[in-house]
Amino acid sequence: MMHYIGIDIGSTCAKTVVLDPKQEIVLSFVLPTGWSSVDTAEEIRSRLCGAGYDPADNCCVSTGYGRVAVPYTQKAVTEITCHAKGAMLLHGSRDLTVIDIGGQDTKIIRVEDGQIKDFIMNDKCSAGTGRFLEVMANTLGLRPDDMCELARQGGGVSISSLCTVFAESEVISLIGRGEKKENIAFAVVDSIVKKVASQAKRLEDDSLVCLTGGLCESDYIRTALGRQLRTEVKAVAQGRYAGAVGAALCAAEVTKKR
Amino acid sequence: MADRREMWKELGMDVDTHDGLCAALPVAFGDVYLSQKNRPEGMAFWDFVVSDIHGIRPAELLEAQKEGRKVFGTFCVFVPDEIVVAANGIVTGLCGGSQFWVPDGEKVLPKSTCPLVKASVGARLGRTCPFFRIADMYVGETTCDGKKKAYEILGEDVPMYIMDLPQMKRECDMLKWKDEIVAFAKKVEEFTGNTITPEKLDEAIRLINNKRKALARVFEARKNPDNIPISGTDALLVTQIAFFDDPARCAEMCNKLADELEERNRQGVSVFEKGTKRIMITGTPMAIPNWKLHHIVETSGAAVVCEEMCTGTRYFENLVEEGLGTLDEQYMALSKRYMKNNCACFTPNPGRVEDILRLAKEYHVDGVIDVNLKFCCLYDTEGYSVERALKEAGIPVLGIETDYDDGDSEQLRTRIGAFVEMLG
Repeated sequence: MMHYIGIDIGSTCAKTVVLDPKQEIVLSFVLPTGWSSVDTAEEIRSRLCGAGYDPADNCCVSTGYGRVAVPYTQKAVTEITCHAKGAMLLHGSRDLTVIDIGGQDTKIIRVEDGQIKDFIMNDKCSAGTGRFLEVMANTLGLRPDDMCELARQGGGVSISSLCTVFAESEVISLIGRGEKKENIAFAVVDSIVKKVASQAKRLEDDSLVCLTGGLCESDYIRTALGRQLRTEVKAVAQGRYAGAVGAALCAAEVTKKR
Repeated sequence: MADRREMWKELGMDVDTHDGLCAALPVAFGDVYLSQKNRPEGMAFWDFVVSDIHGIRPAELLEAQKEGRKVFGTFCVFVPDEIVVAANGIVTGLCGGSQFWVPDGEKVLPKSTCPLVKASVGARLGRTCPFFRIADMYVGETTCDGKKKAYEILGEDVPMYIMDLPQMKRECDMLKWKDEIVAFAKKVEEFTGNTITPEKLDEAIRLINNKRKALARVFEARKNPDNIPISGTDALLVTQIAFFDDPARCAEMCNKLADELEERNRQGVSVFEKGTKRIMITGTPMAIPNWKLHHIVETSGAAVVCEEMCTGTRYFENLVEEGLGTLDEQYMALSKRYMKNNCACFTPNPGRVEDILRLAKEYHVDGVIDVNLKFCCLYDTEGYSVERALKEAGIPVLGIETDYDDGDSEQLRTRIGAFVEMLG
């Protein structure tokens, strides 16, 4: 029986999903992208083969910034299309706004009646991306997810620079001043949430808003983003795999066309 | 190809640095142009021009100068070529379209200046472009703040004349632009030593109109809804070279190309597969060799069928009235034609949005990319009205800001790829 493989090679993590013909997720795993997308793609292949889903026998679509580095893919599709399709399936809705805070870019995608109507991506600068969070967490000596949780207990401090490099020096001076870690964590998360929210507001939408990508696992980021956007931001357990799920759905379409 | 190093040395160029550009350009041209499939045969002329871009035309201009003719370098489609031609002068475009010149421009200009202005100043001060060396006089205009101040810097190095373009389109502005054209004509007469007569001016008006008509024919062939006879990348090159070429030859070559494109439309010979999405690009100009966006679009599954920009429809649309008997009438006719251009420097500027919506229909476009060269405040701000109008008309639009550097190519590829996927 033909299965559909979706591979989302992001700048930080590579996500893989296998869907069965009923669009149920039968396998999902994450690997660090590392420094070579080609090597990562190879490791994904051997894992897939080990689980009985050899890409040679199943249709495979790749996405993410490393999408062209997957030699065994049948098609490369952009992460905008894949995140939209994946979020539609995971959230069971054809009208929604998808926010994906990725490693090197943040995407806000508006979907109406199952079609992408508009999307916004941040500029090449890393402000408002997962990389920004990662750098700040490193400076604080924390794991990114721990920093996001710690932020819940903080407040009263803000970071004014959007630039990752300048913001890092701000964080260092806050540390030097003896500011509490939770307050700095709050400032970092607050900064990224505001940046993402201001981008999302440009789409002027009031449909279902959902957060995908690795950061959707942070309950605090989701709540803080909802507060800024004055609406509930939804997330689902498999949200991190939205791009890969979308790629697998594209694989199903590729197969159908043949 | 002839060895041009002697000529470049005599022009006072920094030949060693210029070699870097000479080495890079054929590679870029090969990647972007020669890799395309099923190109019109007529493009061979433009391929030939680019293969010796700093040789053939500069050598012609130098010959003309030996005969006592003057060369005027311009930076904008508002400077009327007709005036220069009527005084037996020659016009050459001077806009810089390569990152190669930007660092030399940044030596004197703020980094937050648009790349076109930085590259233009850099090409002069770095002595790495023959056209910037050959021009006897530069003619600037007040279309943006960056250029206005850059002209002051260029003026220290080369004779510089500035035309003051009105920024509104009232009756008094038409008259004001006519006065500016009159003053420019006087300057050109002094500088060339030739008198502009109504006969000579009418001849020049017809010559430049013919060039516009020929370019319009090439664009007309791109309107065919079922066939794409020429890639946008090739069409862009045709427009870019038109700024440098002899106007009569430009018209001749464009008419020949248009014949071929019309035949291709009859035969159904297309550069792209049936169903390829048709994109219009609107916004800031793309000076040669800026082919970045067209290349990305056309290697991402779509085709560019129209450019609403100065290196596009704004260059050739609208003709100057011919057959007028007095200079006064002719200057007014010139003012009227040039003031029809809907550059973002005007306020208010509803004509540009109307043009874009009209062109979107005429060229049967599926989507529009609104492109802004970084730090161009005028087009960037006008992008709001442009994108809103397109959305209201149900035409998908993607806003892009970029410069000459290739650092954002992959990001652009993702965005443009997603936009093309979105078009279905």
